[in-house]
Amino acid sequence: MATEMVQEYIVRTRDLTKQYQLGDQTVYALRDVKLDIRRGEYISIMGPSGSGKSTLFNMIGGLDKPTSGTVFIDEVDMAQLDAFELAWLRCRKIGYIFQTFNLIPVMTALENVTLPMIFAGMSSDEMLEKGVKLLETVGLGERLHHKPAQLSGGQQQRVAIARSLANDPAIVLADEPTGNLDLRTGKEIIELLRRLNKEQGVTIISATHDLKMIDVSDRVIWIRDGRIERIENREDIELRLGEVEGEEE
Amino acid sequence: MASEAGQPPSKGGIQRQIKLPLRQAFKISLRNITIRLGRAAITASGTFLSIAFLMVVCTQAVAMGAMAIAQNPEQARPPAEWTVKTVLFPIIRALSLNPDEIMRARSAWLVVMSLLVCTVGITNSMLMSVTERFREIGTMKCLGALDRFIVNLLLIESGLMGLLGSLAGSVLGMGVMVVWYRLQIGTRLFAHFDWLTLFACLIFSVVIGTLLSIVAAILPAIRAAKLPPAAALRTEI
Ligand SMILES: Nc1ncnc2c1ncn2[C@@H]1O[C@H](COP(=O)(O)OP(=O)(O)O)[C@@H](O)[C@H]1O
Ligand SMILES: [Mg+2]
Repeated sequence: MATEMVQEYIVRTRDLTKQYQLGDQTVYALRDVKLDIRRGEYISIMGPSGSGKSTLFNMIGGLDKPTSGTVFIDEVDMAQLDAFELAWLRCRKIGYIFQTFNLIPVMTALENVTLPMIFAGMSSDEMLEKGVKLLETVGLGERLHHKPAQLSGGQQQRVAIARSLANDPAIVLADEPTGNLDLRTGKEIIELLRRLNKEQGVTIISATHDLKMIDVSDRVIWIRDGRIERIENREDIELRLGEVEGEEE
Repeated sequence: MASEAGQPPSKGGIQRQIKLPLRQAFKISLRNITIRLGRAAITASGTFLSIAFLMVVCTQAVAMGAMAIAQNPEQARPPAEWTVKTVLFPIIRALSLNPDEIMRARSAWLVVMSLLVCTVGITNSMLMSVTERFREIGTMKCLGALDRFIVNLLLIESGLMGLLGSLAGSVLGMGVMVVWYRLQIGTRLFAHFDWLTLFACLIFSVVIGTLLSIVAAILPAIRAAKLPPAAALRTEI
């Protein structure tokens, strides 16, 4: 009990529900989701397409408002934040990685990485130095001035990862980061995320249906039809993998 | 927990996002225009055409006035006085130079209509170019952009395109007409030409083209900026 109390949770959700109204039909994208994520964890949210992973990503990331229920980031109820605080949170506390990379096409790799630093009010010299360092960290030190269109998918995702770390966030949220990549490149991206999680202590929450993610995750949250089916530690999963593969698609 | 000191009622160290100086939005807008030059040209072409038309009408009125003086100085119409009104709207003075009353009225109508069409046209192309970029706007909001930054960005962009479009349009509209009269009537016409009024019209056209471009972009810009990031990111183009 007592150890539970001092445990530091960076993300908690309570009764998190999101419904969409499509005509006279109500779609529950999330239903009463209760989650506790510790600082420094690598979490995978696994589930088939349409299970509510992106919706959960949006709620935790403050990109959309829940229909009911609460998201706490560092024990702060996100619903209590005004537009300025929410923007600060998105800028400083959370880094985002998307399936489609979402780099700004007219900007170079370096400019993409330094954009969040502009929003944080950093000086240009600091910005350049840090941007170069981040791109070197993700192995793109030679591609600073390339535009996204001149980079491969894997390289674009590396730029996006560097960008997500621009303002030293506590959490990196990823929505199917390997969804648009081939097997090998996907594996490299997963390894990179794991390394950053280990070296920099950043909490990683990744929505995915890529089973390769299981190997690097501390815990896997299985979600189906907007509900949490089960939460497992990695060690407990290996045994059930066969059963899981049967469930996919 | 990283709670910074000195902030009022601590929300777990969460602070308020800073407002960026306009200069930052300006820098990004300028790059957007120079890199998407083709797109910018299409958006600006509406302004370009209406402002060119405006200057054609003005030059024509000034030329009519000059012709009247050349033919019969006694019957030439005295132009409207330089008052606050005619300084602010030199087109009024230009149109008043035309001795043909019916043509004066018709020109005034054409000017008003062309400016209306121009505004609708720019709103439309801004809506299009903003919709195309919902995803980019959503991404910027994820990275910490405030709504007002997005609005500033889009207004500056539209204003810059309006400035370029109307500069090119007004110079071309006036230039084409001046060359045309030079070929048709010859240099003697220019002796009686009210250049001052014409240049006042040129400046006015550029200003009005730029302003209209900014005004026309206000609605699309606010609409885009207000979109929740999740919705903006969902759009597939
Ligand atoms: N903006 C929306 N409007 C209507 N329905 C939506 C919207 N976003 C998601 N949904 C629905 O919510 C459910 C969960 O979607 P999503 O979170 O995108 O799933 P996943 O990311 O796991 O594939 C799906 O049934 C989807 O159709
Ligand atoms: Mg999804």
